[in-house]
Amino acid sequence: MTDAARLVWRRGSWSLRLHRRSLAAGLGLALLLVGLMAASLALGDQPLGPMEVWRGLWGDGGSAFVVRTLRAPRLLTGAFAGACLGLSGALLQSLARNPLASPDLLGFTQGAGLGAVATIVLLGAGDAHVAAGAIGGGLLAAALVGLLSWRDGLRIWRVMLVGIGLGFTLWAGIDVLMTRTDLFTATAATQWLTGSLNARLWNHAAISGAGLALLMPLALALGRPLASLEMGEDMAAALGVRVQRVRLFGIVLAILLAAVAVAACGPVGFVALVAGPIGRRLAGPAGPSLGAAALTGASLLVGADLAARVALAPTQLPAGIFTALIGAPYLLWLLAAQIRKGAL
Amino acid sequence: MTRLEARGITLGYGTGTIVRDLSLRVPDGQVTVIIGPNACGKSTLLRALARLLPPATGAVTLDGKAIARRPTREVARILGLLPQTPLAPEGITVADLVARGRAPHQGAFRQWSNADAAAVGAALEATGTTALAEMRVEELSGGQRQRVWIAMALAQETPLLLLDEPTTFLDLRHQIEVLALVRRLNKDLGRTIVMVLHDIGLACRYADHLVAMKEGRIVAEGAPEEVVTPAIIREVFGLEVRVIADPETGTPLVIPRRTP
Repeated sequence: MTDAARLVWRRGSWSLRLHRRSLAAGLGLALLLVGLMAASLALGDQPLGPMEVWRGLWGDGGSAFVVRTLRAPRLLTGAFAGACLGLSGALLQSLARNPLASPDLLGFTQGAGLGAVATIVLLGAGDAHVAAGAIGGGLLAAALVGLLSWRDGLRIWRVMLVGIGLGFTLWAGIDVLMTRTDLFTATAATQWLTGSLNARLWNHAAISGAGLALLMPLALALGRPLASLEMGEDMAAALGVRVQRVRLFGIVLAILLAAVAVAACGPVGFVALVAGPIGRRLAGPAGPSLGAAALTGASLLVGADLAARVALAPTQLPAGIFTALIGAPYLLWLLAAQIRKGAL
Repeated sequence: MTRLEARGITLGYGTGTIVRDLSLRVPDGQVTVIIGPNACGKSTLLRALARLLPPATGAVTLDGKAIARRPTREVARILGLLPQTPLAPEGITVADLVARGRAPHQGAFRQWSNADAAAVGAALEATGTTALAEMRVEELSGGQRQRVWIAMALAQETPLLLLDEPTTFLDLRHQIEVLALVRRLNKDLGRTIVMVLHDIGLACRYADHLVAMKEGRIVAEGAPEEVVTPAIIREVFGLEVRVIADPETGTPLVIPRRTP
């Protein structure tokens, strides 16, 4: 087929095929992300010009501390964690065939919250331990949800319903812990629960970057079977997709990606919910558009953190507040649109 | 010769048994049509033949080997299935949907070979949907949409093709259009077809081999003239009928008797 809408590259028996629109969306999103990252390096309590940023990145000038120690690791942590959240949400939305699916509905986020708050309140522990507590709590909650909803394999909506139920139970646990502690500790816990990129260091960036580098190729490899699965289980199986395996693998990957993000910046809300549908809308409707979702998630979190730092400077707001400001109205609009369409 | 065969299979979901100890040899190069009343296990049998439902006992074999033990992708290059209600992704174009039929021939780094392009082109051609290629699937009429789905199954280039009620929700003209297309796929392209149909008259017109099912077992199978008799229709559907020759094709046509 000669074709204006699609590009094909061939080399030997290898071939790649891409819609022009997906390529344009990918490049556009990448450009947006780079722009937001450059702005994040320049803007803040101490605004820097382009030359100062450049010297700060590579030289030893006065701006080196601001750029290399304060802003760069925070920025990279945000980009990596945002990409993880975008991928996590897009995987679940594709599996559920519904834009309302997100890791917040798997019980994972609430489990991570309870784990983190328990470490803060009961052990009075520091950053690294809180992250470990969050991941432990999240994985435990996810495992419990999986166990409770298992019958002849996993069905995504069964998982989500059990996840919502367990989520409420876990929030009650968080509330109990909050009322049993002093004001200072409760404030620290609340800040963590909002999700923030404050004071992220190079080790945060390294951990979230490594997690993303490991998990993203696996997620992208699921793109093709997921595209088949969106046409129904029987259709996918007829096309040679091992449905149960893809579904299990997809859910586990989505949870691990959410875990990496939570470890890096706490349970930042709504990025996972919003990134997938935006990526899909931009990159074209065919398939789960996982790459676009990752770029959108990264841009969203970097943008939200930039807004949070600059909006009420010198007060540093948690990025989670800004993602909620964008995400919550979007969720309402989405629900209204689905009701209009008769899908709910 | 028969590549696809069910040997003493028992099928069910959860605790309920739907098909019990059923054996069927699908004749190669022919159109096999399964008929029977609602909930007689037609679609369940079709799903088992397409290895979507593992039998509780017995086995479905493809080329003599149990289909459940063969690699999924390998089976998907031999055996295609069009389910009753496949879901078209929102906003997808006809060309992209038909291209999805190539999935079992593709990989992460083998996304679009010359064979893929040729198969999609041929599938669009055979189903008369080439002109629709860049339209969105949701813009199409029911008959066009069904032809596009068949094109997708065709692009899979499987010698065996199973169709679950491909004419449901279609008006008569589109039913005939789809069935004539299926006939052509069999005659011109040599595909072995198994399909479930509701209309006995149409089944007789387009089937080489007719299978009548009731309560999970096969009551009769063979040429339409042998299967569609007043006695067998009474047993299968519990209905008194006369059987006459279709004035157009000479195949059996069922006329329900007047009830007093």
